[in-house]
Amino acid sequence: MEKRELVCVACPLGCGITVSIGDNGEVLEITGNTCKRGDAYARNEVTAPARSLTTTVRVDGGKAYVVPVKSAGPVPKGMMFDCMKVINNASIKAPVKIGDVVIKDILGTGVDIVATNNAE
Amino acid sequence: MTNFDLAVVGGGPAGMAAALKAHEEGVQKIVVLERAETLGGILEQCIHTGFGLHYFGEELSGPEYAGRFIKLLEETDIVVKTDTMVIDIADDNTVTAVSKADGLLKIKAKAVVLAMGCRERPRGALSISGTRGSGIMTAGTAQKYVNIDGYMPGHEVVILGSGDIGLIMARRMTLEGAKVKMVCELMPYSGGLTRNIVQCLEDFDIPLKLSTTVVATHGKERLEGVTIAKVDDRLQPIPGTEEYVPCDTLMLSVGLIPENELSKNSGLELDRITNGPKVDEYRETEHSGVFACGNVLQVHDLVDYVTEESQIAGLGAAKFIKGEKVSGDCVYTNGVSGVRYIVPQRINRETDADVKLYFRVGAVYKDASIVVEANGETVLSKKKKKLCPGEMEYVLIKKDVIANLPKDSVITVRVEA
Repeated sequence: MEKRELVCVACPLGCGITVSIGDNGEVLEITGNTCKRGDAYARNEVTAPARSLTTTVRVDGGKAYVVPVKSAGPVPKGMMFDCMKVINNASIKAPVKIGDVVIKDILGTGVDIVATNNAE
Repeated sequence: MTNFDLAVVGGGPAGMAAALKAHEEGVQKIVVLERAETLGGILEQCIHTGFGLHYFGEELSGPEYAGRFIKLLEETDIVVKTDTMVIDIADDNTVTAVSKADGLLKIKAKAVVLAMGCRERPRGALSISGTRGSGIMTAGTAQKYVNIDGYMPGHEVVILGSGDIGLIMARRMTLEGAKVKMVCELMPYSGGLTRNIVQCLEDFDIPLKLSTTVVATHGKERLEGVTIAKVDDRLQPIPGTEEYVPCDTLMLSVGLIPENELSKNSGLELDRITNGPKVDEYRETEHSGVFACGNVLQVHDLVDYVTEESQIAGLGAAKFIKGEKVSGDCVYTNGVSGVRYIVPQRINRETDADVKLYFRVGAVYKDASIVVEANGETVLSKKKKKLCPGEMEYVLIKKDVIANLPKDSVITVRVEA
């Protein structure tokens, strides 16, 4: 059995959480969290850690140089830099509206990259 | 001269929330004066998520959070003047502003809301010796270069100061391919949110060096490196601990200063700790009809709290304009033993609602209590698992408690470790 110490990032409280993991990678016990979201965060963090990704995409033919984007949901933590490569090679034609899908299903993760601001 | 009921100085999250709240309360003629080309303030360049968890119950990016308020504002008849810089607020609440479109503008307002926000402490305010090569900038300036202008200001980065903007930029630069060598923090603890230390530093194995500062910069045309050193408990560099770190960029995230030139010029006294005006429970300053909210009043950690505070100011301004605002005998607030400051600084005894006292502590505490006392009695005591300077706290005081206090008495808030 392995014990892992985490700091929860679900909210600004930053609870210290201890996760006990069995030999087959299964979660045995979670302690230290003060809410359900902490439990979910810890469970994901030790099995399939994921983060939401925010960056910018180049805008073509507009007043703005770039437009901010985010992943519509979390992407696997280990794929963040691969996703960045794809996003940095992409561009979008102005005008852009908040919520426009810039890249669909990035690298087969099932997660879309969407614009988070308008750009003329 | 144009007449308005309410003039709001600043179109960031604070100004927008105050204007919208006053509008909702029935104030007719409102104008928002914004220096930049667009509404939204600093949120426009804060493209990371984490905004709105409290206010909207979902995690938004800065532009999305601002966008919601901009949309609401567009649906009203509130007048928005961008590219407009306020240069003076006179005693009779006449606001003078300048813009390309209107030239010199004079606005006679019944009430004014100050929502100018804050700016970053610059290099000049720190005593770092050495050359003045390019590549030294505040973290917010770097954030604008990357997120708005779309270019990278450097490749090898050292960040001084572990405030949230510094932490966010450590991640941002790393994602864009730069090498962030370290974040140095003068204090023995970080000034940023714990979640940002985890998400922005630990995720990318960026070292956080506590009790460490930058003592010299090197490089004539372009920054070539910095010398860092450990500091003692009086925050003085310890001789012999110096270390040279090659880098082409030094980002400073060493504190935010409320932008109160207008407030000072109009004769408002600033709180020595917050560097913002002193206000009552509706955020009315010592100048009748002039309110203040958001980062110009006190630097907040979360925009959600800025919105909440600005709605209080907007409501207060509306009450003032309608002649319904209580203004009379006051009680005062004072932070002692570990509590650095409290906002509001005074409360009208006959206030019409319960009052939240917002404050920050001066050090990190675990399993401590917040104790509120007034008139020799304990008003309330609240247990806290964790208190740290980076996170604003509040206690709620019932209006009946306030009404029963003698005039000019002091409510103290302290930490009991």
